Amino acid sequence: MAQEGKIGIVGYGSYIPRYRIKLEEIAKVWGADAGAYKRGLMLYEKSVPAPDQDVITMSVEAARRAVVRADIDPARIGALYIGSESHPYAVKPSGTVVAEALGATPDCRCADFEFACKAGTEAMFVAYSEVKAGVVTYAMGIGADTSQGAPGDALEYSASAGAAAFLLGKKDVLATVDFTAAFMTDTPDFWRREHAFYPSHGSRFTGDPAYFKHTLGAGRKLFEVSKTKPEDFRFAVFHQPNGKFPSRAAELLGFNKKQYETGLLSPWLGNTYSGASPMGLTAILDVAKPGDRIFMVSFGSGAGSDGFVFTVTDAIKGKAKMAPQTRPQLDENKFYLDYGQYAKFRGKILMAGGS
Amino acid sequence: MSGITARYWREIPRRYRGEAVKSVKTGKVYFPSRLVEPGNGNRKFKPVKLEYSGELLTFTIIRIAPRGFEKQGPYALGIIELDGGGRITTQIVDVPLEEVKIGMRVRVEFRKISDDGDEGIHLYGYKVVPER
Repeated sequence: MAQEGKIGIVGYGSYIPRYRIKLEEIAKVWGADAGAYKRGLMLYEKSVPAPDQDVITMSVEAARRAVVRADIDPARIGALYIGSESHPYAVKPSGTVVAEALGATPDCRCADFEFACKAGTEAMFVAYSEVKAGVVTYAMGIGADTSQGAPGDALEYSASAGAAAFLLGKKDVLATVDFTAAFMTDTPDFWRREHAFYPSHGSRFTGDPAYFKHTLGAGRKLFEVSKTKPEDFRFAVFHQPNGKFPSRAAELLGFNKKQYETGLLSPWLGNTYSGASPMGLTAILDVAKPGDRIFMVSFGSGAGSDGFVFTVTDAIKGKAKMAPQTRPQLDENKFYLDYGQYAKFRGKILMAGGS
Repeated sequence: MSGITARYWREIPRRYRGEAVKSVKTGKVYFPSRLVEPGNGNRKFKPVKLEYSGELLTFTIIRIAPRGFEKQGPYALGIIELDGGGRITTQIVDVPLEEVKIGMRVRVEFRKISDDGDEGIHLYGYKVVPER
């Protein structure tokens, strides 16, 4: 599991749609107590994709930004993997569209990944491993989702949209991958059957036996293989289905707020599923300095976690400004929707004559 | 499904990547690509990629949208002069209609244009959004 090397991230990019809905607006429709969600889950608003956006379009934008930061010819990308649980097609890859839009075809390996919210970090790990194996020079790993929560369900308050893309390589690496860890069991905490429009979940069962067991499991394993302690890291980022779970996981592992707040986007972004911890990582890379170490643990229902230890290098200098940064996308130029507009945007209205 | 798949596929290089041509004789960028340059009969071009930023030259608001776009209306449709040359006609999105102005700076984003019915393919391409 432990690996030392000079392979790592050579470019990164994120994409957040401009539309938002506030928690109060959703709670009002269902007669729920918005204050309870805000306090209990640390959620305030979430991003909503425009009707012409999906995992493919957001992945293209995030990936283009990663290529700009890496400053390479996209034809040299030898593999492209997108992790998502909301791929627009049931059959037909998302990745082919993205690779074609980047100009990475035809000398490019491709497959779509699915592992609830963990698919994005798995795509990153496979991209990293292929570069490490020497099979390809550059490989892209993307995490993106436009997830849906059933109307009135707790998930409707958090399921949001966003994409993060990472180009892995071995030349001009801006953050090296120093160690990785995985922790995975079969745990049915959240699922969606074929043809079901909305997912189902095990309510409270999604907490301790799922999120915390795997996140803490992978986190502890990562400390062990890397022989590190929480104080060795400037930043820590975790899967963020809400604001509360990642804060608690971080503290249980021994991190303080200063270490985990930069990568914690979910209170204002919502849960971007496969994009969640990867987007947090992009927000960290936007502000990181050479020498900073980053601790990252994802989580995906079903269930499993991937862990990474990164060290930021001198090559990070000037990279943030080359493409849109994550925090300004989250904080600026927002359009708020009311529930009716949101329902229309997300296809929740039963239309005459089909969709 | 309408049978649009093959036509859409043929247009992927320009719809996805903005592949265009530049006249070797006049330096003018043509999008979509041409085989013969108007006015001078030139047939020598080199391939170029459009620059994804530019300025809105003119626009209109579509209030009665054509089939396949009914749910999108009203929307803005404009002609954009791109920074590196070439013009595109496309939708202007992520902006309130009253804020669309001639001369505004825009950039190109990858978006879904439409769906071929409920069971056909998703059709992707370019639209523009305000530069932020």
